[in-house]
Amino acid sequence: MGRYILRRLISAIPVLLGITVIVFLIMAMIPGDPATAILGSYATPENVARINHDLGLDHPLVQRYFIWLFNMLHGDFGRSYSLNRPVIDEVLDRFSATLILAGVSFVACSILGILAGVVSAARQYGAADKAITFVVLIGISIPSFFLGMMMILLFAVRLSWLPVSGMYEIYGGGGPIDLLRHLTMPAVALSVVATGVIARLTRGAMLEVLRQDFIRTARAKGVHERRVIWGHALRAAMVSVIPVLGLQAGYVLSGAVYIETVFQWPGIGRMLVDAILKRDILLVQGGVVFVAACYVLFNILVDVAQSLLDPRIKT
Amino acid sequence: MSATSFTRRQFGLISGALLTTTALASMPALGATPPGVLVVGQIAEPKSLDPAADTAANDFRILVNLYDGLLRYKHGTLEVEPALAESWDISADGKEYTFHLRKGVKFHDGTDFDAAAVKFNFDRMLDDKSPYHDTGPFPLSFFFSSIVKTEAPDAHTVKFTLKEPYAPFMSNLASPTGMIVSPTAIKKYKKDIGRNPVGTGAYKFKEWKSNERVTVEAFDGYWDGKPGLKAVLFRPITDANTRVAEMLSGGIDIMVEVPPNSLSQFKPPKFNIVEASGPHLWFLILNCKDGPFKDKRVRQAANYAINKEAICKDVLEGTAVVAAGPTPPAFNWAYNHDLKPYPYDPEKAKALLKEAGAEGAELTFYVTQGGSGMLDPVPMGTAIQADLEAVGLKVKIETFEWNTFLGKVNPGLDNKGTHVDMAEMAWMTNDPDTLPFLALRTGAWPDKGGFNSGYYSNPEVDKLLAEARTSTDQAKRAELYKKMQVIVHDDAPWVFVANWKQNAVADDLVHNFSLEPSFLLELQKVTKT
Repeated sequence: MGRYILRRLISAIPVLLGITVIVFLIMAMIPGDPATAILGSYATPENVARINHDLGLDHPLVQRYFIWLFNMLHGDFGRSYSLNRPVIDEVLDRFSATLILAGVSFVACSILGILAGVVSAARQYGAADKAITFVVLIGISIPSFFLGMMMILLFAVRLSWLPVSGMYEIYGGGGPIDLLRHLTMPAVALSVVATGVIARLTRGAMLEVLRQDFIRTARAKGVHERRVIWGHALRAAMVSVIPVLGLQAGYVLSGAVYIETVFQWPGIGRMLVDAILKRDILLVQGGVVFVAACYVLFNILVDVAQSLLDPRIKT
Repeated sequence: MSATSFTRRQFGLISGALLTTTALASMPALGATPPGVLVVGQIAEPKSLDPAADTAANDFRILVNLYDGLLRYKHGTLEVEPALAESWDISADGKEYTFHLRKGVKFHDGTDFDAAAVKFNFDRMLDDKSPYHDTGPFPLSFFFSSIVKTEAPDAHTVKFTLKEPYAPFMSNLASPTGMIVSPTAIKKYKKDIGRNPVGTGAYKFKEWKSNERVTVEAFDGYWDGKPGLKAVLFRPITDANTRVAEMLSGGIDIMVEVPPNSLSQFKPPKFNIVEASGPHLWFLILNCKDGPFKDKRVRQAANYAINKEAICKDVLEGTAVVAAGPTPPAFNWAYNHDLKPYPYDPEKAKALLKEAGAEGAELTFYVTQGGSGMLDPVPMGTAIQADLEAVGLKVKIETFEWNTFLGKVNPGLDNKGTHVDMAEMAWMTNDPDTLPFLALRTGAWPDKGGFNSGYYSNPEVDKLLAEARTSTDQAKRAELYKKMQVIVHDDAPWVFVANWKQNAVADDLVHNFSLEPSFLLELQKVTKT
């Protein structure tokens, strides 16, 4: 097992290097540069040259890439010009907020999705199955940012049950209850689509498994139906559900970009959007590399979990 | 599975959901900030709270409450009045400015404000040999690039020597870029001064939580009277819809830059809408060098053909007024009140086009998706396209994101082999000199480092602007600018479209709140019950 994990970790290195090259090139190629973004209408060639020099952007491209990579390997992600602070401080601050939002959403959509899928499969074509399939279809079809805005209008503006946006009450806020109140709407908005996808796939996987011989044998032996479903069938179905969970984790992380903007959640998705608009090169690069590294790591965890469930995969 | 167990589980689920909802909803009323604590909804996170490093109106709104400059704008105008300097003398040749500083003023860190502090600030920005020059970059330092040296002959006197007479110097000193930071704080925090600001202003910095809030508190030792609020919280909310929802639900007390189509949701007595005209101009740059707009009659025709009233009223919902010329009326002393906007007259436009033989000409039109001061550029661009098509011009729109747009327009409309006939643009400035000097002079063509992207050139305008810039007599300057406006109005190098009225909404707890033409959000006298 240890060797398998090590092999997967080593294979992640070229992936991450590739990501650094791609994000660096994209930021170098998009039109508009930091100096123009800083100066706006005052961007004379002379002013632009002065700012570029101050920001160290007057070196050749290749040299800039290696300076960045070298510094990053030494733990220095550089300084964000648009926020005037070290990139790594900002990324870590913001990532913890995203982790709370995406983490809660991911756990919620995994549990609810699997639950709904299993119930649906166990009562195929029954009333519960039809109801769940219908709700899931609606959930998958509504864009999450739209759902978010509608929830704000209803629960925050009309009914005043929940706060519109932010992570904590701006004055005298803090504590887990305050966080929960602010977290509810964005977490729901973010997890709806993923819940639907997971529910559908779990249902399909369960139906597949329930048709197999070992289930019939279990039932024939007189095993309680609840145990057949949750014990035997779900365990076998999880092998095909887990990779989907890994994919949905990516979806939840990227979906956080819209949701964080709608709900003003101080997370990394919103940070990246702002940074791109301001052409804050180092912040974009640092943020993307950090998120990519987390995603790669998470997928290694998923693979390991899958190989624990089904040892045949570890080859 | 028995019927009872199912019901029990169901019961558990339902009661759990009910309990959670009740717990969440029974919390104290939302946005209940105490009296004296004001929450301002900003459009973005500030870049920095170092006045020498900032460029955006969004950041200036906080700065003006933390810092003072030697001068400031008189309430409701763009004319300067004493602030940290009590009086001043200008030498006859207009090259030496001597300021006599206010005594007994202290920075928030308890250190004294004096002439050495002023010299320290200007040296930091302008002198690359200053040990603290590396705490930048200072993008707007060119506001003061005419300064050759700054001297402090005694503790309360500062003398600036300029390369050449430069009339906008005074309004630049009143702009946020001229605000004075505590030298002790700069030495202590170095590059991090932008996140640990120390000034002499009405409010002192307390805390900056990334993307949540910037908190400032009343500074009891303020030289200009006790501030009206105990604390102000500036909250960045980038999404306009969310900002509106926060305002409606009471999460913020003041909201700036209300989207025009949301204004109708805010009604008295609960909400008050505040407006002020500002030094803003929204215009179309026309390519005077090449293409149909080379002919003055075609440029005038464009001015007649575009229905500016309809744009201001329908697209911008009354948040802007029709512009008459290159100088916004907010510069009251320099504005030519006799100038009238080109009336909407499609027939006259058609006649002029016929005369110039430009009927059916094809035009390329650069439109941006958004940007500082650009208002609602896509619908405005589409309305303009329709108006021009109505007089027989074929207009092809190309749309770009703001930074890309600037990268294409600033180098000139005939650049690298592409020909563009017209482009949207907007400016907000603090002196009537800035915009025409940077964007209408022959010496400001893009290849000479200016913003005259449409290659307009009129020697008489050049002469008037040069003269106005070096005259220290305001009445004389005013006269020169007024003449310039008449000529530019007739030459029509631009289509003069709109002057934006900035707006804000305040709830009924906020008192004494108004907006300034300078776009600065002064909160010294505001109170909240």
